[in-house]
Amino acid sequence: MTDVTNNLDPKRLEAVDGWGLSSRAPGYVFRPVNTDSICGVYSAATKSGKSIALRGAGCSYGDASINSEGIVLDLTRMNRILEWDPQAGIITVEPGVTIRQLWQYVIEDGWWPAVVSGTMFVTIGGAASMNIHGKNNWKVGPIGDHILRFTLLTFDGKLLECSRETNSELFHAAIGGFGMFGAFTSITLKMKHVSSGLINVEAIATQNFDHLFEVFESRLDTSDYLVGWIDCFGQGNGLGRGLVHRANYLKEGEDLEPIQTLRVANQELPDAIMGLLPKSVVWRFMQPMTNHPGVKAVNAAKFISGAKLSDGQWHTQSHAGFAFLLDYVPNWKKAYGPKGLIQYQSFIPADAARATFKSQLTLCQRYGIVPYLGVFKRHREDDFLMSHAVNGYSLALDFSLGNCDRGTLLSLTAELDRTVLDSGGRFYPAKDSTLNAAAYQESLGAQTISAFRSLKTQHDPAQIFQTNLSRRLL
Amino acid sequence: MAEKPWTRAIIVGASSGIGEALSRQLAASGCRVALIARRQTELDAIATQINETTPGRAITRVHDVTNYHEAGPLFAEIVEELGGLDLIVYSAGIMPRYKPNEYNLDLDLATIDTNVSGAVAWLNPAADRFGRTKSGTIIGISSVAGERGRKGNVVYGASKAMLNAYLESLRNRISAGGASVLTVKPGPIATPMTEGLGKMPLMIPAEQAASEILLAARQGANVVFVPGPWRYIMAVVRNVPSAIFRHLNF
Repeated sequence: MTDVTNNLDPKRLEAVDGWGLSSRAPGYVFRPVNTDSICGVYSAATKSGKSIALRGAGCSYGDASINSEGIVLDLTRMNRILEWDPQAGIITVEPGVTIRQLWQYVIEDGWWPAVVSGTMFVTIGGAASMNIHGKNNWKVGPIGDHILRFTLLTFDGKLLECSRETNSELFHAAIGGFGMFGAFTSITLKMKHVSSGLINVEAIATQNFDHLFEVFESRLDTSDYLVGWIDCFGQGNGLGRGLVHRANYLKEGEDLEPIQTLRVANQELPDAIMGLLPKSVVWRFMQPMTNHPGVKAVNAAKFISGAKLSDGQWHTQSHAGFAFLLDYVPNWKKAYGPKGLIQYQSFIPADAARATFKSQLTLCQRYGIVPYLGVFKRHREDDFLMSHAVNGYSLALDFSLGNCDRGTLLSLTAELDRTVLDSGGRFYPAKDSTLNAAAYQESLGAQTISAFRSLKTQHDPAQIFQTNLSRRLL
Repeated sequence: MAEKPWTRAIIVGASSGIGEALSRQLAASGCRVALIARRQTELDAIATQINETTPGRAITRVHDVTNYHEAGPLFAEIVEELGGLDLIVYSAGIMPRYKPNEYNLDLDLATIDTNVSGAVAWLNPAADRFGRTKSGTIIGISSVAGERGRKGNVVYGASKAMLNAYLESLRNRISAGGASVLTVKPGPIATPMTEGLGKMPLMIPAEQAASEILLAARQGANVVFVPGPWRYIMAVVRNVPSAIFRHLNF
């Protein structure tokens, strides 16, 4: 009989979802506020024989921060900004601080986070664990490249200082190590100086993949940000058609009123669409359109109006307005219905990317499971152990589970996996829901996996830190 | 919401009849099943057979559902041992034989204890859990007898009527989050309960009843009649005016 005294209180059980609402698992959720209470959860885990999944804002699309019948250690309440040096642009935060808190805190001093995701609701702890990238990855690397040091609380209650000089191996493994070594308790980052709250944005319509690659390649040296939207319904000569947005920081002196444009109030996204429809209800209006014919029509309209009206035009936008596209419509994922969505993102070396993405999109169309959203970005290699980035391109594809059978989708993604592995590509744990262990390990290579395992054994011998994702892939 | 096959189930009343058939079919699909019943020998025989011949695995607990205060702790213990829970079936039930027009308080209370109090004792903690985890399936085996107050089997019918209302309430409480509750209304099924009652209408074997029940649960149904035609019969029976119904020897 189980020792009842060590069992966790069933009242702590909650349904814990992945961001895409397609992965869900019951977990015993703890939301500690300080290092001591994290240690308390570590010891409850040891006593009850349960594993711990570390979780930030839960923005990973799949199962990276869920843990069936295990503990979920949610760090969102550890959200204090600990230190800020407005001269040097160096900030130290607790792991639950969000990117929203971060940029709002630093922008009026003329700083902006060097790397941000498409949503501002991720936590810095989560961002570091996944080593997130932005639309400037080829230029400035992932967020890890801007982390100077962090403290990590390992399973035995030890606080380890890690930086490129101290515990360097762990520094490079815990960043991008999806929470397998312990909880970050503080993270120090270097911000990027900006002389204006605005950014210059150019919109370019691209007719197909060849054109898309050409537009990217010819602008890599002269852009600060580049992102491509792809209408995945485009076929034949229009395969890979879409819109590219390129953005450049304003030069010193170009903005006549930087004090004003750098105010938080002037950065905020609009509350209503066209001044009328409150944003919080917009997803309900999107829901009836979130099906094959609906998305096909909306995408075509978006492409054609982009090509006719804004092609080649420049305009200015606030940093937040340009960076956080995913936050324009709150809860847009709910438009996908109760079964949610999965995102499939692969990273392909530059020389193989064009052919690989063409065959990926063709495969999707052949299966009749066309992604509703395709996003295209440029990347570079970095020196983190479990890095997902390559010197090349990524294509992120959003699949609605409401409109296809999960089994068929899994056969499709298995074929997509093959295209990625054959071209020496990589996958991203923050997005993944479908990979198997063999494919993931093949993508990283045996040497990386064994280096990871030996560090894991050294710092977490009892395998306390686990998630549904880690059990699936490792 | 994730679609998952059931991998961990509790079956209360697993030693015979519909409960036994459900246990075997769940185990055959690879599910780990916790079998609960009063009779050790029967339980052991079923568990051994499951463990030897199916991809599933069975554990057993001897328990009398009328000891309802044991249910909560036992539930917690089993869930811990199974490593979670996806499905619970309450199929314990008795239908004592009365003489014509007999009133017998002991038999009545025993019926209520097994058919109702035991169900509440087991399904309350399950509903509490499934409501929190927004997942999981509850299957309650009720009866067509709960649809109307007939002249015969007075308290049996009344107990199933309460079970119906109880299960509907649970469904209304927890299904919004993603959990589901299936009320099963079987007609006569060839089980020990109906042995010696002679030929009965639309009688089917327990195995067939079990597969119809699991199919309905997989489809997320709220109520299922077993076998299916009872649905139409009961639609008529439910609507017979009381003034006429009392003259029928139904």
